[in-house]
Order: sequence, then C-alpha cells, then structure tokens
Amino acid sequence: MTSVKKFKMPMIIGFVFLFLLFYDPSTAIKSSGVMWDYFKEMAIIMPAVFLMMGLMEVWVSKDKIQMWLGSGSGIRGIAISLFLGTLPTGPLYVAFPMTASLLKKGASITNMVVFLGSWAALKIPQLMVEIKFLGLPFAALRFILTFFFLIIIGLLMDFLLEENYIKEKINE
Amino acid sequence: MRIIIMIYSLLMICLVISIIKSKEKSKRAFKVAGKALIKTAPSLLTVLGIVGLTLGILTPETISKLVGSEAGYLATIMAAVLGAITLIPSLVAFPLAGSLLRSGATIMTISAFITTLVMVGIVTAPMEIETLGKKFTLLRNSLGFLAALIIAGIMGVIL
Repeated sequence: MTSVKKFKMPMIIGFVFLFLLFYDPSTAIKSSGVMWDYFKEMAIIMPAVFLMMGLMEVWVSKDKIQMWLGSGSGIRGIAISLFLGTLPTGPLYVAFPMTASLLKKGASITNMVVFLGSWAALKIPQLMVEIKFLGLPFAALRFILTFFFLIIIGLLMDFLLEENYIKEKINE
Repeated sequence: MRIIIMIYSLLMICLVISIIKSKEKSKRAFKVAGKALIKTAPSLLTVLGIVGLTLGILTPETISKLVGSEAGYLATIMAAVLGAITLIPSLVAFPLAGSLLRSGATIMTISAFITTLVMVGIVTAPMEIETLGKKFTLLRNSLGFLAALIIAGIMGVIL
C-alpha cells in the first residue's frame, strides 16, 4: 500500500503523458526525448552520488561537520558553503540528498541554504557561459546580489524553521 | 562528460582508501547508499517526468514567444514565472537570454528569468520535499522567488 502511494506522482505523470500522446503526439515525442536524455544523465550520476554520501556518512564525524558548517561556524561556514556550492559538480537534484546528510551531521540551515543556492545559481562553469552571452557586468552584479540574498534567506529560514525540524523531518 | 569522469575518479580514490582502511565501514557505506537510492527513486522518477513534460511543452522557441520583445512589468512577471517552472541547462538558457535581450527584452525581464531559473525549482520540488521536507522546500523556493524579483528590480535600475 505504501509503495503504491509512493509511486502516485510518477503514475499521474504517466497518465498526463499518455493523454499528450493522443492529443499532441509531436510534443509527446519531444518530451520523451528530453526524459530519455535526463534519465541517462541521472542513471550515470546518481549511483556515484549516493555512494559518496554513504562514504561521508560512515567516515566523516559529526564533530567535524559541526565545526566547519554548524551554527557556530560563522563567516567561515558561509564561505565554505559558497565554495562547495560553486564547484563544478553537476545538476541540483544531486545536491538534495547531500544536503540532507550534511544537515543530519549538524550543518546549520543557513549554511545549507547558501550551499544549495550557490550550487544552483553560482556555479563556476555556468558563470563562464553567462559572461559570454550576457556580459561581465550582468554576471558580476547577479553573483553579488544572489549571494547577498542567499545569506538573508538562509538566516530567515534558520529563524523560521523550528529547532527540531531537522530531527523530525530528516532523521525519521 | 568531464564532470562525470571527475566525480567517478574522486569516488574511486575515496572508495579504495575506504576499503583499505576498513572493509566493515565500506560495506556499511554501500548499505546506506542503497537505502537512500531506493528511498529517493520515486521522486527521481517524478522529477524526470516533469522535466520531460515541461521541456517538451515549453521549448526555447515557445519561451521567446511568450516573453517576447515587449517591455513592461507584465513581461518581467511572465519571465519570472517561466523561469521558476522550467529547468533549462545553462548552456541553453544563457544564449536564449542573450538573444531575448538583443530582440528588445529589458534587463529586468532577462534577470528575472535567469534568477528564478536558477533559484526556484518547481520541477525538482518533489525530490527536495522527499529529502529535505515540505516546509524547507516551500520556504526556500518562495523566498527565492521573492529575492529573484527584487534582484531583477535592482539589476534593471543599475544596468
């Protein structure tokens, strides 16, 4: 029963897709092409990501994560999160499970919001493309503003989420 | 491709070190990885399906038609919403934004599109909810959307 519930969303999407296949076959074919491309990407990256996570879970101690990324890590913690996020490491969905295990190990919410945000918005290879097509002033200004707002969102979320949110939601 | 090679070589190095240091712990790492993979599989599938459908329907051509060359706040809001619901690789998104800019869209509209594109992920939300919880996901994405609008406004004024 629970497994049926878990696959509810994929099933709904399957129905939408079937509907599209009759209603607008060319779009459906294009969609399936996109799905196939992303599936290949996920199938290649995800096993490696989960294994890395497993290794981190087993080898990196809670104290270390807490020291580097915990709530007392201050500006250094934010700098580390920004640095880790901007590394060329692949699509955002890869970062979610990593963030979850870092949170479990004691990283602060503020730092993890900065980490996720810079992963999505401030990746170095992505910035290169941005500079090429939209110019350096655009890219530089967006980088600074985005980083600034990520810290604010992080602090705000740290304030808004209850203290035991991580324990309840993620550790289950 | 280069990224994949990088990830896997890093993984290999870590794995070898781990196995040399302790077989027991390495086994446990595999177990943790397997369990996490099974747990996130349904939401991964969901993300895959939504990405396929949105990218199939909202192609770069459709987006440029919708955002168009019109100025005005309506175009900016439209761009922000489109950026929030789509998940376009940056190699496609930035050239698209560049061509929109040349065809007459304002800086504010372009930055709204780019910032929501990277800061808000409606498509990846099912997976974010599964791994980080509903409240975290909702807060991060809605605050991100607000921030994106403010950023777009500031950029429109400065540039």
